[in-house]
Amino acid sequence: MDQHVKFPVDEEGRLRRRPLVADLMSKRGDALVVTGLGSATYDVAAAGDSDNNFYFWGGMGLTAMTGLGLAIAQPERRVVVLTGDGDMMMGIGSLATIAAAAPSNLAILVLDNERFGETGEQIGLSAGRTDMAQMAKGAGFETAVTLAGEDEMAGLAELLFETPGPVFCVAKVAPGNDERVLPSTDGAHLVRRFRDAL
Amino acid sequence: MGWSEEVFAVLDTHQVDTIATVPDAGLTGVLSLCEQSKSKQVVTLTTEEEGVGLMLGLWLGKKRGALLMQSSGVGNCINALSVVASTRIPCAMLITMRGQWGEFNPWQVPMGHATQPVMEQMGVYCYSVEDAGQIAETFDAACGLAFNGGFAAAVLIHQRALGTKVF
Repeated sequence: MDQHVKFPVDEEGRLRRRPLVADLMSKRGDALVVTGLGSATYDVAAAGDSDNNFYFWGGMGLTAMTGLGLAIAQPERRVVVLTGDGDMMMGIGSLATIAAAAPSNLAILVLDNERFGETGEQIGLSAGRTDMAQMAKGAGFETAVTLAGEDEMAGLAELLFETPGPVFCVAKVAPGNDERVLPSTDGAHLVRRFRDAL
Repeated sequence: MGWSEEVFAVLDTHQVDTIATVPDAGLTGVLSLCEQSKSKQVVTLTTEEEGVGLMLGLWLGKKRGALLMQSSGVGNCINALSVVASTRIPCAMLITMRGQWGEFNPWQVPMGHATQPVMEQMGVYCYSVEDAGQIAETFDAACGLAFNGGFAAAVLIHQRALGTKVF
C-alpha cells in the first residue's frame, strides 16, 4: 500500500486532513459520527454524506459532550467524534466528564491544525505548549495519543473504530482550508434524519 | 413525600434516564435518589453548558435526559442554548435559584437577577415556582412541553421554596 498516495502531506511534511478523513470514513462500518463546527464538518461531508452523521454548525466546545450523550444512548454502536483543536480546547473540561462516565464505545479524534481555521488561520493554543493528549490522560483517559506523520496514522482507524473507549486521539494536520463542502445547516432536519436512521 | 421524591417520580414518568448536573444544595435530595436508582445515570459536569451538549447526544440516540443546575450555571449555558434553538431538541431543566429573596452572598445576585430573562432571550420557556408543593407538577408540565413539543423548558425553583443560604 502506498501511504504517500493515501495520506498526502504538505511541503512541510504535515498531513493533509481531507484525504485522512476520507480514508477513516471509508473504514467506519456502522459507526455514528458527530463532527465539530468548521473544517471537521466539511471534511466529513466531503467524504460522503450519511444519515449516521451529525454535523455541528455552532455550539463551539460541545461536540465531545454530544458524542458522550450519543454513546450513553446507543451503547451497542461505536460513536466517533471528529473535531478541531479550537472546539476541543473550548470544551477541554468535558474530557474529565467523559473519562468519569467512561463509555467503552466512544472515540474522539481532534484534527489539530493548530489554527482557528474558520476565522482566518489565527494561531491556536495547541501550537504552543499545550498538549491535549496529556490533558486527556490527566482527565482520566487510559488511551490518549498524539499522532503525526504518515507512519503513525496507520493505526488511527483501529483506535477510532475498535479500541475499547473512551479513546482520545490528536492527529496533527496541515493548516490551510480545503474546499468547503457544506452539508445541510437545518439543525432540526439533521436531528430527525439521524434519529430516523437508527 | 417531599418535592425531591416527587420530582424523581416525574423523571420516571417521562422516561428520563440520564441526569446531567453541576450540583447545588437544593438539588441534593433528587440527585441522591437518582444516584441510588439503578435506572438512572447521573453525569457530573465540569460546567453546565456540557449538559446541553449531552442532551443533544442523548436525543440523537433516542434517549431522554434532563439538566439540573443552579441559576448561576444558566449563564454558562447561553451559547449552548443556541444549539437547542437551532436543532429544536427537547431540553428539560430544573434550576435552583440563587441571588433572590434574602440572598446572603452579593456575588450571586447579578446572575440570579438575569437567569430568567437570559433564558427567555434564548428561547427557553420558564416557569418560576415559589411553593415547594408545586415544584413537581410544574416540572411535569415542563417535561411534557419539552418531550412532546420539542421545546426547551425550565422550572426555576425560587429561594422562597428552597430556603435561603444563610452562612
